[in-house]
Amino acid sequence: MPTTLTVNGTAQTVDLPADMPLLWVLREGLNLTGTKFGCGIASCGACTVHMNGEAVRSCQVPLSDAAGAEIVTIEGLGNPAALHAVQAAWVAAQVAQCGFCQSGQIMQAAALLTTTPDPTDADIDTAMEGNLCRCGTYPRIRAAVKDAANRLKGV
Amino acid sequence: MASIGKIARRTFLFGAVAIAGGAAFGWWKHKTPYGNPLEGMADTSTLNPYVLIDADGVTIIAPRAEMGQGIHTTLAALVAEEMDLDLADVRVIHGPASSAYFNGGMMREGVPFLPIDESWLANTMRDAMVIPAKFLGMQMTGGSTSVVDGYDKMRLAGAAARATLVQAAATRLGVDVSTLKTAGGAVVAADGTSLTYIELAADAAKVSLNAAPEPKARSEWRLLGKTQPRVDMVAKSTGTATFTGDLRLPGMVYATVKVNPNLGAPMNSYDASAAEAMPGVQKIVPVPGGVAVVATSTWAAFQAAEAISFDWAPASYPADSAAMMQVLADSMTPDFQDSRSRNDGDVDAALTGDIFTAEYSVPLLAHATMEPMTAAALLKDGKLTVWAGNQAPTQMLTEAANLTGLPKDKISVEIMLMGGGFGRRTDMDVVTQAITVAKAMEGTPVLVTWSREEDMTHGLYRPAAMSRVRARLDGGLVTAFDLSSVSSSVMASQLGRFGINVPGADPTIVQGASDQPYTFANYRVTGYRAPDMIPLGFWRSVGNSQNVFFSESAVDELAHLAGADPLEFRMSHLTHEPSRAVLQAVAEMSNWGKVPAGHARGVAFCMAFGVPSAQVIEITNTDAGIKITNAWAAVDVGIALDPGNLEAQVSGAMVYGLSAAIRGEITLAEGKVQQQTFWDYEPLRLPQMPPVQVRVLENMPSIRGIGEPGTPPAAPALANAIFALTGQRLRDLPFSKAATFA
Repeated sequence: MPTTLTVNGTAQTVDLPADMPLLWVLREGLNLTGTKFGCGIASCGACTVHMNGEAVRSCQVPLSDAAGAEIVTIEGLGNPAALHAVQAAWVAAQVAQCGFCQSGQIMQAAALLTTTPDPTDADIDTAMEGNLCRCGTYPRIRAAVKDAANRLKGV
Repeated sequence: MASIGKIARRTFLFGAVAIAGGAAFGWWKHKTPYGNPLEGMADTSTLNPYVLIDADGVTIIAPRAEMGQGIHTTLAALVAEEMDLDLADVRVIHGPASSAYFNGGMMREGVPFLPIDESWLANTMRDAMVIPAKFLGMQMTGGSTSVVDGYDKMRLAGAAARATLVQAAATRLGVDVSTLKTAGGAVVAADGTSLTYIELAADAAKVSLNAAPEPKARSEWRLLGKTQPRVDMVAKSTGTATFTGDLRLPGMVYATVKVNPNLGAPMNSYDASAAEAMPGVQKIVPVPGGVAVVATSTWAAFQAAEAISFDWAPASYPADSAAMMQVLADSMTPDFQDSRSRNDGDVDAALTGDIFTAEYSVPLLAHATMEPMTAAALLKDGKLTVWAGNQAPTQMLTEAANLTGLPKDKISVEIMLMGGGFGRRTDMDVVTQAITVAKAMEGTPVLVTWSREEDMTHGLYRPAAMSRVRARLDGGLVTAFDLSSVSSSVMASQLGRFGINVPGADPTIVQGASDQPYTFANYRVTGYRAPDMIPLGFWRSVGNSQNVFFSESAVDELAHLAGADPLEFRMSHLTHEPSRAVLQAVAEMSNWGKVPAGHARGVAFCMAFGVPSAQVIEITNTDAGIKITNAWAAVDVGIALDPGNLEAQVSGAMVYGLSAAIRGEITLAEGKVQQQTFWDYEPLRLPQMPPVQVRVLENMPSIRGIGEPGTPPAAPALANAIFALTGQRLRDLPFSKAATFA
């Protein structure tokens, strides 16, 4: 049954199983491959996207739950020619090593800064705890989140 | 990032036009150990396999795989430096699989000399060891060898490209080369005439140099020695970097595998009737030890794979972890002695009277890269293309030829960015599966993605290991130190899967113990080789990951027994100046000796891959358990090419070591790995991460790589801090079995 959802500002109608996780709808239905598969059970955060403005693990959202929703992926946040403030902060802090988790990290951080424009260290710890990084880029992630907060405030 | 295939096509399109293809440059011809793999690519004329110029500009071919360590940026900077280019003006791509990209650095340290031994004999042996590496022609990324191997090669490639371009300009302008300069991607004459590299490329490719050009003196460096923005950073921050799983080819189908959880054992039979009836399922294809499910989506393949029932053959190794540890314990006997590469003085004579004895152990570990194992393949019209993030592309070529019977010139290997390697992507398992499925789906591109559970339970694990240390103190100093280490052989397991038989001892069994610069008068290290059990692989820092924990825990215990400061105690047993300097650096940075109230610190030191590496870790007790509050690290790489990247690698390698130290453990029950995902094999998360300060020193005589040396000191530094805080000496990893962590 066709399902319609808005992805990065564009209405998309897909004919995929209702129980297919949003992650695979994005990656293989819409070829938006910036959102990564890391575990499929919400233990790593690599698949984080925004659904109606909130950070969600797209591996846990069946397509039927995403029907009619506004989805933003890493591709919709910004792009190489027009970086979002969080992405710009990530580049400035030279965060990524292998880079596989970073789409999820960036989406999680962007959601945090929407609700908490001036996060404390504890806020950052709480928000980012679900996003694993095996390369251990955590110190630069912390620095980049703070820098992004300043960029968003225009400091 | 462009692939070599795209470059070839674009070059071909421009082929008939002005510049007659592109030109690949470098200083290569005078030795010509292997054919240039870029030769014959479209109608390019080439000198060497590292620099290619076409109508779009300069492309640098990185002979080593990018798995997060930043090697593409550093290798490109080495070339760009010599060509007076900025990094922003070059593209960097993975090269094709070719023996021309052999890694001479790989074998260089595989010799029985201490890495601090720069004597004539040691260096002669190291140089001689380059020959078998070349003979094997292994294009391998690992062993922290990429800059060791690439430092001269890439600078020479850049210098040679520049020299030929300058010569071409001199001929065209009728002036002497000495009047020409290079800047901004062009050769500039004294009168201001500027000829771009692009317009000179075709002529330059015909220039023969009479002698190897001299790379720049360090004082002239513009890029090297300074932190460079990584060439992959914007792509990795915008979701536009292409990992293997991000390939989308016309008509592509998606597959996953289920392989016998009794590792290495065959599949007796399977029943896929339920799976075959599921929506989207296209085909079930037997692969070694199991099956692949091919479907219209990865998710459909995952679901169908769960619906297959299997009859697995039993495992050939002991059924559980306790039985495996018993095998190790039983192997610490003369019958199983593999090496005694350190035997200074007379340990037996010195080990009398009051003797310190301790036993240590470490468990199996998974690599658990963020990106599960993934590979793609297409067999069409008698040609095979294989895509994978892999650390051994020439082995992929061999594997592909063996599986398909195709000649190697009909096989194309495309190396993709890796979502973490850490040694795991040296293997061929997922590559073999993708090729096997492609053969069954001829004409259709297939992408094989493992589930996280398949990845966790089918690793190539860091071996479990045990150690016994006996030592004697006299006058506050170690007079005898006798370390025994036992594990199965990683080398036999990993290289055995490549069909390479490595004769003699496995140096990784004692790596990190036998090669340390301590000056103990009577110093013996014995390796015992336990029988092969489960498949093993190179895990970031390899033997150092267990032996530095054994050795540095014991040294710390001896320091406390001697009533000495643990850092000063180490200094008392080190004369090697660069080693002393890294310890001094962490002492300075941490303000060692001035510990905040309620906190405690541990120190550890090692020499790994020729890099002196020291760390101090500070902890405190909280209501939730032990919390790491600060960390300091110092390393000596001889020449620091990119300080920012070095800092990132040391800090990240420390996290990898801490993750393993705190919670890392793979266990077996009834022949099967019990851990399934990141909930039961949980690495460090951001709230556990302390601030880290890194200092990079340059006292060592030659350049060294940094991907691994930051890992080994992390576990013993933490163990030593826990002892300082609680008085509890933890001798078995992981520590979460005996302590609670916040």
